[in-house]
Amino acid sequence: MPKDHGIGASQKRREDVRFLTGAGQYTDDINVHGQAYVCFLRSDVAHGRINKVDTAEAEAMPGVVRIFTGADFEGVGGLPCGWQVTDRFGQPMKEPAHPVLARGKVRHVGDPIAAVVADSLEEARNAAEAIVLDIEELPAAVNMKAALEAGAPRVHDDLSDNLCYDWGFVEDNRDAVDAAIKAAAHVTTLELVNQRLVANPMEPRVAVGDFNRATGDSTLYTTSQNPHVIRLLMGAFVLGIPEHKLRVVAPDVGGGFGSKIFHYAEEAFCTFAAKAINRPVKWTSSRAEAFLSDAQGRDHVTKIELALDKDNNFTAIRTSTLANMGAYLSTFASSVPTWLHGTLMAGNYKTPLIYVNVKAVFTNTVPVDAYRGAGRPEATFQLERVIDKAARELGVDPIALRRQNFITQFPYATPVAVEYDTGNYVATMDRLEEIADLSGFAARRKASEAKGMLRGLGVNCYIEACGIAPSNLVGQLGARAGLYDAATVRVNATGSISVMVGAHSHGQGHETVFPQVIAEMLGIDESMVEIVHGDSSKIPFGMGTYGSRSLAVCGSAMVRATEKIINKSKKIAAHMMEAAEADIELKDGKFSVAGTDKSVAWGDVTLAAYVPHNYPLEDIEPGLEETAFYDPSNFTYPSGAYACEVEVDPGTGKVTIEKFAAVDDFGNVVNPMIVEGQVHGGIGQGIGQALLENCVYDENGQLLSASFMDYAMPRASDVPFYQVDHSCATPCTHNPLGVKGCGEAGAIGSPPSVVNAVIDALQSGGHNVTHIDMPVSPHRVWQAMNG
Amino acid sequence: MYSFDFVRPATLDEAVAALAGEEAQALGGGQTLIPTLKQRLASPATLVSLGGIAALKGVSSSGGTLTVGGGTTHGTVAAEAASVYPALAKLAGNIGDPAVRNRGTIGGSLANNDPSACYPSAVLASNATVVTNTREIAADDYFQGLFTTALEPGEIITAVKFPVPQKAAYIKFEQPASRFALVGVFVAKGADGVRVAVTGASEGGVFRWSEAEAALSSNFSAGALDGLSASADGLINDLHGSAAYRAHLIGVLTKRAVAAAG
Repeated sequence: MPKDHGIGASQKRREDVRFLTGAGQYTDDINVHGQAYVCFLRSDVAHGRINKVDTAEAEAMPGVVRIFTGADFEGVGGLPCGWQVTDRFGQPMKEPAHPVLARGKVRHVGDPIAAVVADSLEEARNAAEAIVLDIEELPAAVNMKAALEAGAPRVHDDLSDNLCYDWGFVEDNRDAVDAAIKAAAHVTTLELVNQRLVANPMEPRVAVGDFNRATGDSTLYTTSQNPHVIRLLMGAFVLGIPEHKLRVVAPDVGGGFGSKIFHYAEEAFCTFAAKAINRPVKWTSSRAEAFLSDAQGRDHVTKIELALDKDNNFTAIRTSTLANMGAYLSTFASSVPTWLHGTLMAGNYKTPLIYVNVKAVFTNTVPVDAYRGAGRPEATFQLERVIDKAARELGVDPIALRRQNFITQFPYATPVAVEYDTGNYVATMDRLEEIADLSGFAARRKASEAKGMLRGLGVNCYIEACGIAPSNLVGQLGARAGLYDAATVRVNATGSISVMVGAHSHGQGHETVFPQVIAEMLGIDESMVEIVHGDSSKIPFGMGTYGSRSLAVCGSAMVRATEKIINKSKKIAAHMMEAAEADIELKDGKFSVAGTDKSVAWGDVTLAAYVPHNYPLEDIEPGLEETAFYDPSNFTYPSGAYACEVEVDPGTGKVTIEKFAAVDDFGNVVNPMIVEGQVHGGIGQGIGQALLENCVYDENGQLLSASFMDYAMPRASDVPFYQVDHSCATPCTHNPLGVKGCGEAGAIGSPPSVVNAVIDALQSGGHNVTHIDMPVSPHRVWQAMNG
Repeated sequence: MYSFDFVRPATLDEAVAALAGEEAQALGGGQTLIPTLKQRLASPATLVSLGGIAALKGVSSSGGTLTVGGGTTHGTVAAEAASVYPALAKLAGNIGDPAVRNRGTIGGSLANNDPSACYPSAVLASNATVVTNTREIAADDYFQGLFTTALEPGEIITAVKFPVPQKAAYIKFEQPASRFALVGVFVAKGADGVRVAVTGASEGGVFRWSEAEAALSSNFSAGALDGLSASADGLINDLHGSAAYRAHLIGVLTKRAVAAAG
């Protein structure tokens, strides 16, 4: 009988009632009395010198309150980057200024030049069209390789070139890796593109700035995954507003996928402008603007070499990657291709020597930053594709080659700076072979061939580093913030509980899952527990939600705070029952004295804490509220094995996914239904990347895939029914819940198996195809089949 | 969108009169025009909705001809043409999604003549007649290139008359993002021979593949197309497919359409 309560219960998501009945309170639902509306005038060229922005005519138009340009932000800080990467030579990365509104130059299509604030949005748009721009268009740096060549157009005039950094990891291994590759019995080389993606959360970004003239307080309502991070970055680095005068609220947020982690110009603008005009200012992104202003994802060009000895043991991996930063450094852009990518290159395999080189490049394109998986999908894709290619070159079974090289002893220190605490890759692969019915594949291939279709099977493993992150470690690596999290458990007088958490839920289901943990710990019903998140004035200083960290880091803080609650309430119960504290047991919401029939209910104890008429005031304070900050001692390392079966139509090149099986080791699972949903969503996004999505600029830096008419999002008909399994669990050893994180796994683990399956299908049809870059579109498959 | 006046006449005559006004624009189902207005890419002074004219709506058939009113939605055609002209009904039932099919009209689609729209291929392959408030236009004369037709300013499509072919099928290969036709081929075998119309592929909009028509007119079977390939000259080359790929698809889809037509 499955559990219906506490940890392990597949409880339905309580937040879905309001989301599905239209009662959610999103940022665009917030309207502050007297608000004005902003329309940003954005660059329509990728690179240009701003000679003049003439707002005279526009300012005289109906409804216009004020028009801002870059000049209004003289003396205001630029948008900061939160992670300083040090290059191979010990030098800090280049960090160009990132103004709120463009000054001097525009650097990508969509770069904001001016902002019109008006009584209505239509009036703001009308006036924006009346602004006269004199912009001298300059040649654009778009292609990364060309952008690094001598004489390429420079995105930032004050930098010597477009190279942000040249990073080597582990630099000390460089020569040894070169030697190992030279000495190898076999080296498999693969050059590939991990294409640029647009995150496209269902809810576009919104910002509402409000300034209270009476108190001098500023409030920003924004679509953010981490309101405290925005408050810190915007308050301290951009606008100079101390924390106690700045409140950041991220209410219901309709999906983020990473793109709502970052601090954006529009947030700073609305906060700044509200004070400047003494009136609330609202901005709601259109979908078209989102394509031009939300940070985009991936965009790596990589060469990977895998060296093997004569017995097919992996001996070394060497990679060389160009990583696109876009026109400016977004908040965590610099960390994605380095510390979130290089550290993952060992994968599930005991390869003794690894060297990763990454050159980060500025181009005249929208900034690139973390997108679901952030660096880890890029690492996994390279590794799992090159292993597949090696297996084909060597004529060995790709699963056997993986098994032979699996890490089997834990903890395992990789040559790329991280130590895996647990995992069982053999059991995970065993389970995959079973649930995906790999033994039945040959028969299924035959059936497909009888219909004139090519059928292929692709398998891959993945490892990821989640639960971001141990602060002392990431501090050494260049992070400019701690990455702990925090929770305050406030037990109310009658026993209900409000939990204020630093994590932010924008689709993850925290409001359901976190109460399950507390219910399990206290033996009370989940309905007595409510999660409060998203408002910096209500929650402790936590770092938000990304990197599959919420339960592993913030959940751990909540456990620690709840433990403090239990300790204190046991003291109170001991006093009430005139017993020794050590003899008090808490079970099913009742405190009892061991070995007696004496007991007091949870609510009696909580009431005593707040109505302390009979209370040990000499020993403990009244009240029942505890806060804990939790800083993890290591990352968590979810892992898995995925299998995909495709059919390829040889006439058109169209790929259809027929079967998809995912076995994930997430450690302990609090709500299996939600975990399954996270895996479904992740695989859907991974299939989107593998088959459909592609963010494409032309040579002038114009975005060709600038709407859903040209940017292909996956739809229900593009994905199969998934088989999802998380029975092979090896609990995390270093957090109190033994959880690892599940939010990104599907997006990390699925693209290689899809592409491996397509290659397998084409080879079965006699086509000598060894690689196709994503998205594996019908056109590309047809081209590959036809040489 | 910019401001405009809106009228919704109840008769064709009133609509014609309204469209004679300065910068007046007819509105069918609005599936292209409304997004264009929202993006401020068009600024008509007056929008003349044809949605209130009952005479423009409906599907009827007599004497081997299926007549579809210009204001008939794709959803209605999908439902009501199914017994008489199943290939046309199937085409209509696969345009866009249910919301599009319940708003978009055949007249609107033909007046717009999007090079990737489905309907133009059916009209051209069926040798249909486009009926307007002033005249009848043969399909071969109606389509004149990308978003260009024989319609005069203010002219309204009142109906389309389809001679129902003996055999017909439409095969659409979807552009992955928009789900418009990357290439769509409509094959119709009528009393006067076989017509093959291709949409989605050409920079000039819908066109007839005459070599395939000749081959199929003497032998209506997929095999009759063996060795025949469409020319890539003048075909669309974009991020979803090269001209050569589109030319290849024309061949593949024509064979499949012939097979589907039975």
